[in-house]
Amino acid sequence: MKFGVVTFPGSNCDYDAYAAVRHVVGEDVEFLWHQSTDLLNSDVIILPGGFTYGDYLRSGAIAKFSPIMDSVIKFANSGGKVIGICNGFQVLTESGLLPGALIRNDHLRFSCKYVHLQVANNQTVFTSVCNKGDVLKIPIAHGEGNYYNFDGDIQTLEDNNQIVFRYCDEKGVLNKQSNPNGSINNIAGIMNKEGNVLGMMPHPERAVEKILGSTDGLRLFESLQVAFSKISIGG
Amino acid sequence: MSSKKTVYVRLKEGVLDPQGVTINKSLKQMGYDDFISVKFGKFFELEVKADSADIDRKIKEVSEKLLSNPVIETFTVENN
Repeated sequence: MKFGVVTFPGSNCDYDAYAAVRHVVGEDVEFLWHQSTDLLNSDVIILPGGFTYGDYLRSGAIAKFSPIMDSVIKFANSGGKVIGICNGFQVLTESGLLPGALIRNDHLRFSCKYVHLQVANNQTVFTSVCNKGDVLKIPIAHGEGNYYNFDGDIQTLEDNNQIVFRYCDEKGVLNKQSNPNGSINNIAGIMNKEGNVLGMMPHPERAVEKILGSTDGLRLFESLQVAFSKISIGG
Repeated sequence: MSSKKTVYVRLKEGVLDPQGVTINKSLKQMGYDDFISVKFGKFFELEVKADSADIDRKIKEVSEKLLSNPVIETFTVENN
């Protein structure tokens, strides 16, 4: 199983993602340069956090026109697994691979802290080793993570079980106090209808070793390992 | 002669505008209690080449594709 981590100008979590996959998860991984169109036979593409193109215009708005994104969009549309973390989530919504938009945090501040996430859907390739309702401790670091969509589209996300993670308190209770940015319905991560594209504001790659404060981010990588071992054994 | 077009981008009605809300709070603190609301937006001044063809269509296209995010924003174009 091979991961590809895209490096855009302004990406700053690409090395974190690379190190988490290579040194902790123990899978193959390569960087994918934004000017290239070659995904180097990656099984999973990670769009990492950062400030692509300085967040000029809107977060993720310029990155969607990078040459590599043509390949990522084709890959996603043919069922390839794609994870957008933080700024990567913003790139996914701007590209139209995920619905909605990420707007300025309701309190206008940049939030950098550990939060708790409720696994809202464990029937996904990204969360299969979790139980529904599990609480994961994973950090956030963003100024524009406030998930917005129209009422009807939020209902569609809910009806299709596309909401994968929600902000909650440490006991798993969803409330206003545990929502760090004003996201509708405490949304922290969503996937597309087909279930192969995940976007999340929290950083699982920053929660993979005890010394970092949590290892809960590993669950996401382990779920993918399970999914790919099944694919390679069972076809 | 080149011409100028201005594209105004605004948040759609109903989309949370925390910057506008904060600016209005600040205005109130400054003693200006006159404004029901403040909306934060942006504009782009485009200087168009004289020999450019079909420019209105192209400006609409780039406004939809890049200058605005149709999920949360609308745009209007003004000829200058």
